[in-house]
Amino acid sequence: MAGRAQPVSPAAGLAAAALVAAVILGPVAAVLWRAEGGRGLGPADWAAIRFSVTQAVLSATLSVALAIPVARALARRGFPGRAVLVTLLGAPFILPVIVAVFGLLAVFGRSGWISDAASLVGLPPLQIYGLHGVVLAHVFFNLPLATRLILQGWRDIPAEHFRLAAQLGFGPRDSTRWLERPMLARLVPGIWAVVFAICLTSFAVALTLGGGPRATTVELAIYQAFLFDFDLGRAALLALIQIALAGSAAALALWLSPGEGSGGGLDRMTRRWDTGGPGLALWDGALIALTALFLLLPLAAIVADGLGGLTRLPPQVWEASLRSVLVALASTALMLVLALPMALAVASGRRLAGDGAGILGLAASPLVIGTGFFILLNPWISPASLALPVTALVNVLMALPFALRILIPAARDTAQGYGRLGLSLDMRPRDWLARVVLPRMRVRLGFAAGLTAALSMGDLGVIALFADAEAATLPLQMYRLMGSYQTEAAAGAALLLLALSLGLFWVFDAVGRRGAEA
Amino acid sequence: MRWGGAVLRLEDLIIDNGGFRVAATLQVPKGARVAVMGPSGAGKSTLLGAVAGFHDTPRGRILWDGGDITALPPGKRPCAILFQDGNLFPHLSIAQNVGLGIDPGLRLNADQRARVTRALARVGLGGLDDRKPAQLSGGQQSRAALARVLVQDKPLLLLDEPFAALGPALKADMLELVAELAAETGATLMMVTHDPADARRIADQVIVVEDGVAHPPTATAALLDHPPEGLRAYLGRD
Amino acid sequence: MKYLAFAAGVLTATAAWAEKPVLTIYTYDSFVADWGPGPQIEAAFEATCDCDLQFVAAGDGAALLARVKLEGARTDADIVLGLDTNLTAAAVETGLFAPHSVTADYDLPVAWDDATFVPYDWGYFAFVHNAELAAPANFRALAESDLKIVIQDPRSSTPGLGLLMWVKTAYGDEAPAIWEGLADNIVTVTKGWSEAYGLFLDGEADMVLSYTTSPAYHLIAEDDATRAAAAFDEGHYLQIEVAGKLAGTDQPELADRFLAFMVTEAFQSVIPTTNWMYPAVTPESGLPAGFETLTVPERALLVPPAQASEVRDAALAEWLAALSR
Repeated sequence: MAGRAQPVSPAAGLAAAALVAAVILGPVAAVLWRAEGGRGLGPADWAAIRFSVTQAVLSATLSVALAIPVARALARRGFPGRAVLVTLLGAPFILPVIVAVFGLLAVFGRSGWISDAASLVGLPPLQIYGLHGVVLAHVFFNLPLATRLILQGWRDIPAEHFRLAAQLGFGPRDSTRWLERPMLARLVPGIWAVVFAICLTSFAVALTLGGGPRATTVELAIYQAFLFDFDLGRAALLALIQIALAGSAAALALWLSPGEGSGGGLDRMTRRWDTGGPGLALWDGALIALTALFLLLPLAAIVADGLGGLTRLPPQVWEASLRSVLVALASTALMLVLALPMALAVASGRRLAGDGAGILGLAASPLVIGTGFFILLNPWISPASLALPVTALVNVLMALPFALRILIPAARDTAQGYGRLGLSLDMRPRDWLARVVLPRMRVRLGFAAGLTAALSMGDLGVIALFADAEAATLPLQMYRLMGSYQTEAAAGAALLLLALSLGLFWVFDAVGRRGAEA
Repeated sequence: MRWGGAVLRLEDLIIDNGGFRVAATLQVPKGARVAVMGPSGAGKSTLLGAVAGFHDTPRGRILWDGGDITALPPGKRPCAILFQDGNLFPHLSIAQNVGLGIDPGLRLNADQRARVTRALARVGLGGLDDRKPAQLSGGQQSRAALARVLVQDKPLLLLDEPFAALGPALKADMLELVAELAAETGATLMMVTHDPADARRIADQVIVVEDGVAHPPTATAALLDHPPEGLRAYLGRD
Repeated sequence: MKYLAFAAGVLTATAAWAEKPVLTIYTYDSFVADWGPGPQIEAAFEATCDCDLQFVAAGDGAALLARVKLEGARTDADIVLGLDTNLTAAAVETGLFAPHSVTADYDLPVAWDDATFVPYDWGYFAFVHNAELAAPANFRALAESDLKIVIQDPRSSTPGLGLLMWVKTAYGDEAPAIWEGLADNIVTVTKGWSEAYGLFLDGEADMVLSYTTSPAYHLIAEDDATRAAAAFDEGHYLQIEVAGKLAGTDQPELADRFLAFMVTEAFQSVIPTTNWMYPAVTPESGLPAGFETLTVPERALLVPPAQASEVRDAALAEWLAALSR
């Protein structure tokens, strides 16, 4: 009777993990079955593979290379607004891609703010379409992510080490050599690999900022094989390539992963003595200011452009908003039902079950799963009639790896700290869940739910494959408005989408925090 | 009464704690107060954990009052256990924490709530029902955990060094309280300790655990006055 | 009680709505835009048919065809409006379309005898630019210039496909070289016409692939004479836009009525100033004032519909190869 870690059996979690694996592997099997070697890979397909890898390498390298000095600046400088800026660094993660692209176009486009400013001094306008636009957008999303992860690394250097460094008279260079470089050497490869994996399967960015066959990712090529050629065999072949690419990237990320950071307390600072002279302070200040501008300008553009359009939104936008909110809520509910038991199972020592299913979600891209579902559904039922359920389901699969990363440490703490007590008190599974697990994991559950809701709200991926002309979600509707030159309505939709995504995140996160205690 | 027949019997028992094994063949008389002593890592906690039901026992049996409890889950065993930490849920009030000892679903009737209040008063925490553990001192937290043990009303009490973090005086107070409670309820007591003084003060018998073997209990005074070689090295005396 | 009355109201409303036959037409985005022909044509046809005409924006021409293929026999569409002669043969090959019985006295630059598709307007593809720009006179000059252009994807959009055929008919085996020369001029390749034209209006490019008739929109609707279409000396490729009835339609008679309606005055008179194309049957009042200012190509290029599929596949492979470098 021994061997249980807490008063709830891991069976539910194992079942959830098996379900997730089936929902991912089923479509993958369909893709394998349907893929046609046929014409083989043409030059455009090789170009797509090359472009996917090139842009992902560039995006990851730039994001991480820029994140290191920014994180270092944030780690050793205290200033008013620091906590706000660190919070802001988390925002791009839940920012809908299409909204960010809209903001980036307004700032970095050929007729955007920067080009306008450049023309005043006689400089040529910027070109945002193509490789540099795709990389710019990916850096916009991943520089903050990388900065936060690296900042975590700085925070995890014990304060005592900096005290000892001060005692030994370390300057900034000595700290770099003895404290920071070893930390970076441990962290950076894993962070690079995570960003690489995220960028590799980029869809919405390439869809909006790509520039024709030269700037097409494999994910986008799948979409084109579908909607331009209606060539399922070809879409499946491309999906197969994508599985190989994304699978290798996920394996690489996992292999290089530095493990779980503590995740909290980034807004607090370690007292530092090795902050150098005024020149270094100026440098750090400039870096922090530029990063803040880089993040804030596109957001400001979305708000500035969107306010006017908000009052003139066509009715389809409101319908699409309602659809998107429902999809987001369904995704969130399903995520909780799956991720919580999986996290509890992992906490009970069934590591592979939870982690494995979560990693599958990272390795399989949305359009691969979408293609697979399409192949499975098409003979029986109109895939378009299941567009929203499939979208909600795929969003859950995509959010699951992140949700598990958030939930597992808390589940583990609960099981390790109180599992034996619960067992010795003979708590029933229901009491254990209601009295201990939910109250103790409440903050993390709220955060994970908020993240899932926001990601699902903003997702523009599989819906683009499945939706017929009438059942669009808000991101798709906004994309269509952008495509049909209804710029003002698109701007309004962008602001609405931004507000709804952040709003959903905030509501779930706040519910999680409310009444939460030690 | 205290020297009645054996109530806990470990028959030819092998305990497996994640690959670490402890063998035990011994019995504990009803109402006895037994200290479990031995070098660090010898398996003292593993022995208590096995009795409480947290470890696999690939061989042998655990009998309580003649009944086989080897296969029972922890909550169905006749024992209450206090760990080194994690004895209270920090998000629940003291009264709720104690109430869990009566009904793990916390559906308490008026009588049961009164029992909680009485138990808290008995350990000197009267009026602190609604406090959260973090609002109490370390000693008070230990008292709250003892109040729960009191309402759990189990015939066997296992202490896995729950007072290790307290200062010497406070620890002595708590052991005093434990002894009183055990005497009041007639419970059998098994406690892990490193301190011979604690053993002398509370325990009438000692189980020595060393090299993966838990030896049958022997009288405290006799053992500590003439410790065998292994225990002597551990106690640091000739 | 109130609730009951409300529920009854909803039910009768639904019933009344359900009684009216619905004709669903898949078309491209700009057709259904507020400023496009959709709203006026919907009102005009509904006034004659006692039906509910629903336009569904399902992407540009080529994507329209892919969508119908994707939906197959399950499609809700009764009519697809917005294919052109480069796609008609491929569309007939799907077996999803039914023949029509419309006859009219067309004012098209070519004779019309297609049994499946009915033409509703036509025009010449051209690059549209701001009038003050010194526009190139042919593709070679464009390729050598630093001008930035936006084009549409030939796999999804009929203008994009038209450009592909244009370069192919004008340059034959040299087409790949022309595309390689154009590669650095192309800012981006969009999915549909609207998106490309929007990017041009936003200033993201110097020229956009559109029609010789596009400046008429700015001139007539916006009183803005600053947009022009570049005349290319290779000649301009012709587009004839068509609609066809789906074989699986549940409203065959209504669909036939719409196709017949398409070549009447009520439909054709709306086209020039909403779709900004030449009407397939010139209205009695003639073309609107302003159309006489438009560039008229000296040579019209067109691949015969029967050969279009073959030319397309070869040209597309060349295009993909040239632009993926």
